[in-house]
Order: sequence, then C-alpha cells, then structure tokens
Amino acid sequence: MTSAAPTALPGYISALSKYYGAFRAVDDVSFEIAAGEFLTLLGPSGSGKTTLLMMLAGFARPNAGSVRLGDREVIHLPPHKRDIGMVFQNYALFPHMSVGENIAYPLKLRSVGRAEREERVRRVLDLVQLSGYAERRITELSGGQRQRIALARAIVFEPRILLMDEPLSALDKQLRETMQIEIRRLHDRLGMTTISVTHDQREALTMSDRVAVFSRGRLAQVATPSDLYEKPANRFIADFIGESSFIPVRRTPEGLVYGDQLLRLADAGDGAQADPLLMLRPERLSIVRPGQVACDEKRNVFSGLAQSVVFQGESLLIEVRLDPGDVVLVRQSNRAGEAANRPGAGERVDLVLDRPDARIVSAEG
Amino acid sequence: MSLLQTAASDYRQPAATVAALRENAQALDRDRQRENGQLLRLSLPALAIVVILIVAPIGWLFSLSFVGADGGFSFENYTRIVTDGAYVSIFATTFQVAAVVTVLCLLLGYPVAYVLTILPDRFAQALMLAVLVPFWTSLLVRTYAWLVLLQRRGVVNDTLSMLGLIERPLPLVHNMAGVTIGMVHIMLPFLIMPLYASMKAIDGNLMRAAANLGSSPVHAFFRVFLPLSLPGLIAGAVMVFVMCLGFYITPALLGGGKVQMIAQRIEQSVSLFPTWGPAAALAVVLLVLTGGFLLLSWLIVRRFSRGE
Repeated sequence: MTSAAPTALPGYISALSKYYGAFRAVDDVSFEIAAGEFLTLLGPSGSGKTTLLMMLAGFARPNAGSVRLGDREVIHLPPHKRDIGMVFQNYALFPHMSVGENIAYPLKLRSVGRAEREERVRRVLDLVQLSGYAERRITELSGGQRQRIALARAIVFEPRILLMDEPLSALDKQLRETMQIEIRRLHDRLGMTTISVTHDQREALTMSDRVAVFSRGRLAQVATPSDLYEKPANRFIADFIGESSFIPVRRTPEGLVYGDQLLRLADAGDGAQADPLLMLRPERLSIVRPGQVACDEKRNVFSGLAQSVVFQGESLLIEVRLDPGDVVLVRQSNRAGEAANRPGAGERVDLVLDRPDARIVSAEG
Repeated sequence: MSLLQTAASDYRQPAATVAALRENAQALDRDRQRENGQLLRLSLPALAIVVILIVAPIGWLFSLSFVGADGGFSFENYTRIVTDGAYVSIFATTFQVAAVVTVLCLLLGYPVAYVLTILPDRFAQALMLAVLVPFWTSLLVRTYAWLVLLQRRGVVNDTLSMLGLIERPLPLVHNMAGVTIGMVHIMLPFLIMPLYASMKAIDGNLMRAAANLGSSPVHAFFRVFLPLSLPGLIAGAVMVFVMCLGFYITPALLGGGKVQMIAQRIEQSVSLFPTWGPAAALAVVLLVLTGGFLLLSWLIVRRFSRGE
C-alpha cells in the first residue's frame, strides 16, 4: 500500500444490488476501499463487475444499497456532481477537441483560471509522458497514447476517486504489460483511491493492492493478489486466478487421502469443507524419475504416466495421468538443469509436491 | 520437375525459377486488367443512364436557352431575367421560402432525430416508421390533404372556431403560410434521416464522459453532442434547401398563385412564350444558382472540418 494523496478518500460500498427483471446483475455486494488503495474488480464477462462500476460512477441506478465516499453518501447524486474520475474502455475522448482541450475540459468546468489550467495540463502531460502533445488532434494518436490522455483527463482535476473500466483491453499484449507497470507507478506517485475493472487476472495481480473477484453478480473473495493466489476461497477462484489442476480427496480418520495415499498438507484447518479438492498449481509440481524421491513428512509424491510434453518457450507444459486416473498439468522451467528430468510422452514419472504447496479448496463456487 | 517435389526434396533451393516468377507476374497483370475491364462493363449501364437522362437533356436545355423568339441565336432570354424586376423578385421569394423552410425543419427535426437516437430500439423503430410513412406517401396526396386541413372551412379552422379560439377563419392556405406548412412537412424526413445517422454514430460514452468530468446534461449537449452532430445537420439542411429551390407541386397548390417560386415561373414560361428559350434560360439560372450554393456550402463544411 502506498501513501494516500490528501484529496483521496476511502469508499464504502454496502449491500449494493442491481436487478434486471429476475436477473441479479449485482447481488448484495459490500466491500471497502481504503484511501489511496488500488482495488481491482475481477471476473468473467457477465459477472457484474462493469455494472458495479457504472453504479459507482452514477450511470446505472442501483435497486438497493449505499455508496459512500469519505463521509458522504453519493448514491442519489447525478454523475456530474460526484467528482469521480473515470477512464472509459474505449477512452471516450472528445474527437472535436484537441488533446489539451480534452484535458482542460474538467478544469474549465471547475472555473480554474487560464494560466493555472495550462500549467496543470502541461504537468499532467509530463506525468503520462506525452509532453508537447497538447495541440494534437485525438485522431492523430495511437491506441496507447489515447489511453494515456484518457488517464490524464481523468486525474487532472484531482477527483476523490478514480475508476477505470477495462482500461487496457484495447491495447496489444506488449503495450498492455508496459501500461500495467506504468499505471501502477503513477498510482504510487499520486496515491489516488482507484477502482479498476478487468477480466484479465494477470492485470489484476500486477496492478492492485487488493483484488475483488466476482462471480455471477456476487463478490466471491476480496484479498491481496498473493493471498488470492495462495489461499483461494474455492475452486472457482483457484481456477480463475492462475492455472490449476484439481484432484478429489477423501476424508478419513487419519486425514485427507488421495487414492490410498495420506496427504501432507500446508494446513489441516479445513475440516468443514464438504467436497475437498487438492489444488495443484502446475509450477509447484516437480517431475522426477520413478522412485528418485521418497514420500515423507515434508512432501507428497504421486506416480503417473507422462502423456504429452508441450514446448511453450520459457517453460514446458507436461500432462501427467496419475495412477488413480486424474490428469494434472506440470510446468517445468526451460533450463538445462531441468532437462535431465524431462520425460518423453508415455514414460512413467513421479511428481513431487512440497507440503507448504499442498492446499485444499472446496469444490463450492 | 514440379514445384512440390523441389520444395519437399530440398527446402534450401528457391522453389520457383526466375522464368516462372516472370510468367506469374505477367499472369497477375492480365488478371488485374481483366478485373478492371469487368468493373467498367458492369458500370456501363449506369453511366449510360446518367449520360442519356441527365447530361444530354441539360446540354440540350442549355442550348435552347440561347434560342431567341425569332428562332436565331440570342442572349435575349438572359437579358430579360436580369432586367425584368419580376424575375428578380421571384428568385428572391424562392430563396426566402427555401431559407424559412430549412430553418423551421431544423427546429422541428433536431429534437425528433435526438429522441430517435436515445429511445430504446423498439420505440425508435415505431417512431422512425411515423417519419417514413408520410415520406413514402405520394407528394400530391399529402399536398391535397393539407389543402383540406387548412382551407377556410377546413379541419383546422373549424376546430379552432369550435373551441372559441378564433372568430373568423385564419387565412392558412393560398398564401405564404400554407406554402411553408406544406413544404416543411414534406421536407422534414430529408433533414431527420441524415441527422439521425450522424447522431447515431456518436459514441454514447462521450456524453457519459462529459457528465463524469462535471458537465450538466445541458452543458454536455451544447459542448459535446451538438458539435458532433453538426456534419449531419449541415448535410440535411443543404439537402432541404436545395430541394426547396426547385419545388413545384406544393408551392403551386398551396400558394394558390399568390406565392410564386421559380419552378412555377418556368412552367408558365413554357405555355406563355412560343419557344422554350425563356423557360430554358430560367432553368439554367436556377441550376447555376443551386450549383453555386452547393459549392459554397461544401467550401464552408471543408473549412469547418479542417478547423476541427
């Protein structure tokens, strides 16, 4: 977490709901955002994250709930009185105005004098690394430049909170990754309370202090990126964040068992779960030759048959059928040292899972 | 040796020889030429129609306008237009009516087009139909309908006097009021349609962005929506104005001879004079003035869009 800007406010969203007939687009969602925090709403399309953002900006009317910024309820305010900055998915820059006029637009509305207006436009253009672009036409800009101008226009009037709707989805992969870092850097510098919406889990993990995962209109989990990855609340989140294979395990008096093998787990405090699954992250499994590593208190070893090996550049993805019949994915980094343990398709292998990496999730969700 | 064999046996060899590449280039050239020829032949009927039905008659008209009363070459048809005050005032009336009708169409049509863009599709389609059905109805039928509605003992006057709002029937027809009402009604769709198209193309997020940045709805409309709908507005206004300049049926019927526009004068000239010369000269002047107006508005639009 970074230090919050003096203008940044915390936000409190409580019991917010939006129905379209019987369809619950957003269903009783509550969360808080600290002043200066970067929170990302993550979810597949149709999960309600964009509808939620539209309600925060005032473009969609909720059926119930409360949205407070600082100590002020804003749910009844029209969009133009909310003082919330927003970066739109397609940027929504005014095509009949120059870059400078676009950025000065919110300043003029706030009766900022001409000299100060020009100074602030110049400063914010420096900030997004487009100094000297004030006179350009919007149509002359590339996608990445438009993105920066949209951001500049949204922050130049120092709004109390900044919203971003899929801000990077229109950019190609490489530019997207550069901009993720840059937006995060900008956030660290300005300390604005920021809520971003995305369906790209990597973008969410890269940019956010915390991530709120949505599923079918409901909030599934809010957590820091590493907690979300390491301790997902259920299978849906484990599946959505990063890659995972899941194998069903049985509860016995001795503990959780896969096949006839007792599992050594990171924490045993999962007693309440109905349908326990062992979550296997492909990069947390290592491949060894059969019998090379023995099972003990510190690790689990599973035997199986390598089915296919796919070369993916920086790593190799290996599909292994475990002896009880479940298929799991293993990611092996592409280093000379690992090549000795690389099986061919059809060879028998052992998979090693260290105890701290062995986590149980519930099938629920 | 086939290309396939070459490729399969040794991929380091170039697959095609220099001769084969040259042959391909020639064949591709021939294809291109054949395609151009086909395009030309396909557009030939349309070109022929334009030449036969537009270019040739206008040329013929143009030459007729230089035929004097005695059948010889003469400028007398043009001198008459310039020196006779009646003609000048007819042209003035024509431009005045066209301007008034265009302004009224703008005032009435802009809100309709705007409502069309913001309504949900289902309602927008119904409203669009309400705009289009009159547009598809015969011009003559609509003009006579207005005659029935607006005459001394017509629906409008009867209703107004029944309600006690007027004591004597209002003179709504056979005058400028009647001509204007009829022409505005008939011209409205020509304004609404291009305006609607250009409004529909405005990204809805732009108005949201304006609101988000602090614009009230009214401010956002004047600062964002109106400027962006201007191209459609100008296109529609120019179309209406130009069509009004040559309008014949509606002014003739609803004006009752009291409002003279240039198209009526042309028709009268044909029956009044022994030759088509005078009428042809009027038509040529109208054509040139209309063309000049179009050129002017095009220059203004170009200047305007470059300034953007």
